[in-house]
Amino acid sequence: MTSLPGQRAPVSKVTAVVAPIVLGAALIALWQLLVRAFHIHDTIVPAPSDIWHQLTEEHTLIFDTTRKTGWNALQGLVIGTVVGIVGALLAHGVRVLREMAAPIVVAVSVMPIVALGPVLYGLFGGMTDTARIVVAGIAVAIPVYLNTLRGLQQVRAVHRDLMLAYSSTPWQRTWAVTLPTATPYLFTGLRIGSSLAVISALITEYFGGPSDGLGFTINNEAKSGAFALAWAAVVGSIVLGLIFYIVTYAVERWFARHR
Amino acid sequence: MTAVALSGVERIFRTGKGRQVVALEAIDLTVGEGEFVSLIGPSGCGKSTLLRQIADLDSPTSGTVSVFGKTARQARLDHDYGIAFQQAGLLPWRTVAANISLPLQLHGVEKATAAARVEQLLEMVGLSDFAKSFPDQLSGGMQQRVAIARALAEQPKLLLMDEPFGALDEITRERMQSELVRICQESGAAVVFVTHSIPEAVFLSDRVVVMSPRPGRIVGIVSTTPVAGVERGEAYRDDESFFHGVQEVRHLLHSGHATDGPRGEGAR
Repeated sequence: MTSLPGQRAPVSKVTAVVAPIVLGAALIALWQLLVRAFHIHDTIVPAPSDIWHQLTEEHTLIFDTTRKTGWNALQGLVIGTVVGIVGALLAHGVRVLREMAAPIVVAVSVMPIVALGPVLYGLFGGMTDTARIVVAGIAVAIPVYLNTLRGLQQVRAVHRDLMLAYSSTPWQRTWAVTLPTATPYLFTGLRIGSSLAVISALITEYFGGPSDGLGFTINNEAKSGAFALAWAAVVGSIVLGLIFYIVTYAVERWFARHR
Repeated sequence: MTAVALSGVERIFRTGKGRQVVALEAIDLTVGEGEFVSLIGPSGCGKSTLLRQIADLDSPTSGTVSVFGKTARQARLDHDYGIAFQQAGLLPWRTVAANISLPLQLHGVEKATAAARVEQLLEMVGLSDFAKSFPDQLSGGMQQRVAIARALAEQPKLLLMDEPFGALDEITRERMQSELVRICQESGAAVVFVTHSIPEAVFLSDRVVVMSPRPGRIVGIVSTTPVAGVERGEAYRDDESFFHGVQEVRHLLHSGHATDGPRGEGAR
């Protein structure tokens, strides 16, 4: 987790930022040293300097593929979030729906969703990104649905009594108490979903579809022996995952202050 | 006119396997306008359940509850009472001012009017400097003061309070009691106050209703108005009549389990 309110010893901001950077730099330096010292061939592990070289050399390719996968993941994230929230609201409001949906939700949540990739390429055609977006969307919808539904059910008894004492309408209860209560839970689901969106969109590229995206590039370059370039695409996917996580986290923080 | 009238109120909870719990039995009680009445008794004696009948958060199995001559339900729909619970029950995502204005907002009070009223209430409970704070930035006592201000927002003629000071330390508690006495004198509202503290009940109330559990019923009512010449203030806590009231309530509480106890007005 990014925030640690219960830290025992106060860590200064400088230490908190500098320490991980130092560790990361040391590990990369060690990696570089080991590869060079033992003449490890780049089919096993390329040196960081080689990966860096590919990153700068092929920066257009890396940037374009990252953007491509990122765009698929973002569409999946938005669609999945909307589906998850609307589904949770319906399931919360209509008990029969909730009970009808429960086994399906469990089934979908234990299924490795990327396994749907080949099937969906068949369904939507291998020349479009639809299958990738759908896989990302399903991957996101499940945690958003489950967490939002749980959040909607967290309304405290004292708040329920209070709103009843005010003889409030169901709509007033929803906007004044139920939705704000559920918001932190929704964001927990969204934070899980944002990582899953990137992973799912990327992995689904392994199974077919258009010849682009980070997953395709990693797979393709590794097969053709260009391991340093494949690793450069891995770096791109790490950056993409971080961007999704950070943006979601920033939105969550903003909401926590303004709900 | 009476603020609250309960007659023959009985509340039976059905638990699983056909078992029943009689939470309230044969409750007859009236609370006059502007009168401060406390309900006291051990845990499980039904005092909170009784308060919930008046608030129409629960309905009696038999018997009638009327509030200002209407049914409890109608009184709730007409926003005739303000209510405060043991947990302050503030909405953590709203500022102090926004919490106090919640009932005003829900009932369509105009924004400027509501803002002026909130300012007035904040001053009354001494929290003017905290209007923009969030509940989790306040102490327990301050949160409870916000909850009381919220209960008073619509200037109700009846205030229902369910152990509002139960979670506070003794020092804060006594200060809050004095403030509540002052606030009630200013607003002229009738109060039904649930507590399990004998001194608290005696200090605050005109009458103390003593209850006993299984089944929840009234074992006696002690009149605790200070004798002529004594103000209901800090000095009252050291007064003979205060000790006498405490003693009388305690005796009734202890006799409540063994005997049927006297009904109606206690001797004084």
